[in-house]
Amino acid sequence: MMMNYFPDEVLEHVFNFLTSHKDRNAVSMVCKSWYRVERFSREKVFIGNCYAIDPERLISRFPRVRSLTLKGKPHFADFNLVPPDWGGFVYPWIEAMVKLGVHLEELRLKRMVVSDESLELLSRSFVSFKSLVLVSCEGFTTDGLAAIASNCRFLRELDLQENEIEDRRGHWLSCFPDSCTSLISLNFACLKGEVNLATLERLVARCHNLRSLRLNHVVPLDTLQKILGKAPQLVDLGAGAFVHDPDSETLNKLKNAIQKCTSIRSLSGFLEVAPCCLPAIYPMCLNLTSLNLSYAPGIHNNELIKLIRHCRKLQRLWILDVIGDKGLGVVASTCKELQELRVFPSDLYGVGNAAVTEEGLVAISAGCPKLNSVLYFCQQVTNAALITVAKNCPNFIRFRLCTLNPTIADPVTMQPLDEGFGAIVQSCKGLKRLSLSGLLTDQVFLYIGMYAEQLEMLSVAFAGGTDMGMLYVLNGCRKLKKLEIMDSPFGDVALLADIGKYETMRSLWMSSCEVTLGACKTIAKKMPRLNVEIIDEGDQMETSPDDRHRVEKMYLYRSLVGHRRDAPDFVRTL
Amino acid sequence: MEPTLGLLGSGGGGGGLSKMDMSPEVSSYPEESELELGLGLSLGCGGVKAKGFPWGECGRILTAKDFRSGFPGKSSAAAVGGVSGTKRGADCVGPPEVGSASSGVSSSQVVGWPPIRTYRMNSLVNQAKAAKTEEDNKGVDGNEKGKDISKKKVNHGSNKNDAGDREKGHSGFVKVNMDGLPIGRKVDLNAYSCYETLAETLEDMFFKSTTTICSIRGDKEQQTQPLKLLDGSSEFVLTYEDKEGDWMLVGDVPWGMFLSTVKRLRIMRTSEANGLAPGFQENNERKKGKPI
Repeated sequence: MMMNYFPDEVLEHVFNFLTSHKDRNAVSMVCKSWYRVERFSREKVFIGNCYAIDPERLISRFPRVRSLTLKGKPHFADFNLVPPDWGGFVYPWIEAMVKLGVHLEELRLKRMVVSDESLELLSRSFVSFKSLVLVSCEGFTTDGLAAIASNCRFLRELDLQENEIEDRRGHWLSCFPDSCTSLISLNFACLKGEVNLATLERLVARCHNLRSLRLNHVVPLDTLQKILGKAPQLVDLGAGAFVHDPDSETLNKLKNAIQKCTSIRSLSGFLEVAPCCLPAIYPMCLNLTSLNLSYAPGIHNNELIKLIRHCRKLQRLWILDVIGDKGLGVVASTCKELQELRVFPSDLYGVGNAAVTEEGLVAISAGCPKLNSVLYFCQQVTNAALITVAKNCPNFIRFRLCTLNPTIADPVTMQPLDEGFGAIVQSCKGLKRLSLSGLLTDQVFLYIGMYAEQLEMLSVAFAGGTDMGMLYVLNGCRKLKKLEIMDSPFGDVALLADIGKYETMRSLWMSSCEVTLGACKTIAKKMPRLNVEIIDEGDQMETSPDDRHRVEKMYLYRSLVGHRRDAPDFVRTL
Repeated sequence: MEPTLGLLGSGGGGGGLSKMDMSPEVSSYPEESELELGLGLSLGCGGVKAKGFPWGECGRILTAKDFRSGFPGKSSAAAVGGVSGTKRGADCVGPPEVGSASSGVSSSQVVGWPPIRTYRMNSLVNQAKAAKTEEDNKGVDGNEKGKDISKKKVNHGSNKNDAGDREKGHSGFVKVNMDGLPIGRKVDLNAYSCYETLAETLEDMFFKSTTTICSIRGDKEQQTQPLKLLDGSSEFVLTYEDKEGDWMLVGDVPWGMFLSTVKRLRIMRTSEANGLAPGFQENNERKKGKPI
């Protein structure tokens, strides 16, 4: 073969141009020598399910790994369907990497349990550690952050997104030594407690390469103003509290500082807002490509609209439904570059007047030709609207629609929403991720199986009528990687029809469905490379349950390393 | 087939996860799922697909005329209350809306729905509470800060820059463990406005379910009378760990203060609970000591 005449260094050089994991995985399958070269040159590894492999095997295959991305709990853990202490601990990974001499520089975790001990071990063990990104994680406190700040001398990135962090009211921020000037990205918006403001200002002042800074709610506006003065090079800003007397010197200073911040392209936060202060940020809006106001319930509809009118270059918009259909109309006419839209509900407890309906979504679809990713919470939706959206936007990669009433029919026709979602999958040939809601029968799954050829992730709740629904999907969606189903009438027939399929997927979650213990046992017995876990929160495991019993929560996933050893009592691996 | 009852009988009270009440003509559970029904807080629906059933408000009995919009055809009985998904009750908010499906029914009692990250939920609730507290403070002097979870939209009109002062309070979900049970649960404290509703929910979660399992299986013993966790009259008592790491009896400090200091809950055997700080004053004195 031609490539055999190239020395390994050349191969490695070529492989370095491959940035996606998929490509590198593909390349490693070509032949033994490519496999060898690839594995020694791989620096970034992505593990979609931390229990699919163990750290020792990973490191023995990729000894030069420098950047590790790990995902832990199943996605539905986000919505409280997985009991605490289920698993997803990062400590064993860090411990193994220390033991095996990995030169870790970057660690990105999602839905994992991170203890302070893990963070301390991490901070002390890897001298060139540069980047820590934690998304939806839990189990640590500000003491762990203090360890990172103190010990990681070359830290560039500390990015904490939506984590549950116990705030010990310590001075973790003050633990960054005066010699630390390397920070490029600092995001502590999810922290609940105080930070020393003077320390923060000094830290920002000496980190000249700081590009991204997201503050938490305790950082007041006058500190923000000082920070912006010291860091005009910022590209991404998350404001904390944005509250001040409107006719004040501070606000004027802020406006001046903002004028000088010409690089800001991404804005978020505004965790507390005094609406009268908002006009100060209008100058920033002109160049914004990303705007996340989904944690800013203090901004009302009319102020939102005024703000949006300035954002002509927006590509990504995360917003609360207070924007209303009219506001979305404004978005549609203003933001012609929009690619991603997320509209979150603001009124979780009340019956509430839904602020957005399907009309807003239709308006966006008509006005934003580049739209490819949508997450939309609304009270209801019609088939007609979905069909129109599908026609307007054939380029969807991600489409997630959540009706607040999970089984609501088309309010006009009283029909299920099968046709609407069917239109989406038929039109959007590149659709990779889909979340359904509303009244849905097996028919929608027939459409999905028929048309959603690129679908990788499907989320189903309260949908379908018989096992056929699930079968359509399993038989049709060849590229399916993650399937998660709650409260739907799919049972053993569907589950057992093609168990080989599950080895081609990352995971399957089924909760409150009709699958029985016996069926789960069958899979476990026949497929040694699948872990079938039953989450049992009652005390049914003490008496040996009948195989005919329904299983309340089942999570099955492929794994190269068999049963995990850290499962808690309420998780039973069959 | 028996209709399933809402756990917390009276309307408007308790932070319970509602069950669907259904008139017999539309419920059609298969026999074997009765076991699961008894275990907890099921949405309790029959096998009818074509008709829809709106979500019930907690404690409200639905009748046939409520069945208009979409609803799942199957029972989604969650074993032992689906407790890992906690009760996100709307019930302490105020009187339940009497509504038909078309008026938009609250989805908040359903475990796992709407699919919003816990972090975001907590954040919105905390912001709503804080804003309401702001308003209360700005309003009539001497008014006690609102205990109720407000369902109004946040209306933050304050110009004050007191972000540092306001205690945002605990994120909603805290772990609850009970002596003798290996499995912990989580509850969303923001769903309750007072100790009584919280205690009631916990009693349902930890005691009623056990009772029902046993009675269905035909086992004997297990208590059948409701256990009062707050008044010391039963074998168990409700305690919490506060920020300083001390374990305290629940119920002594004002609710708002409790919310801001509680880290987790434990249903402790009364015999072990002797010597726990019974009151606020004593707690202050004990602060100097080591946490338990």
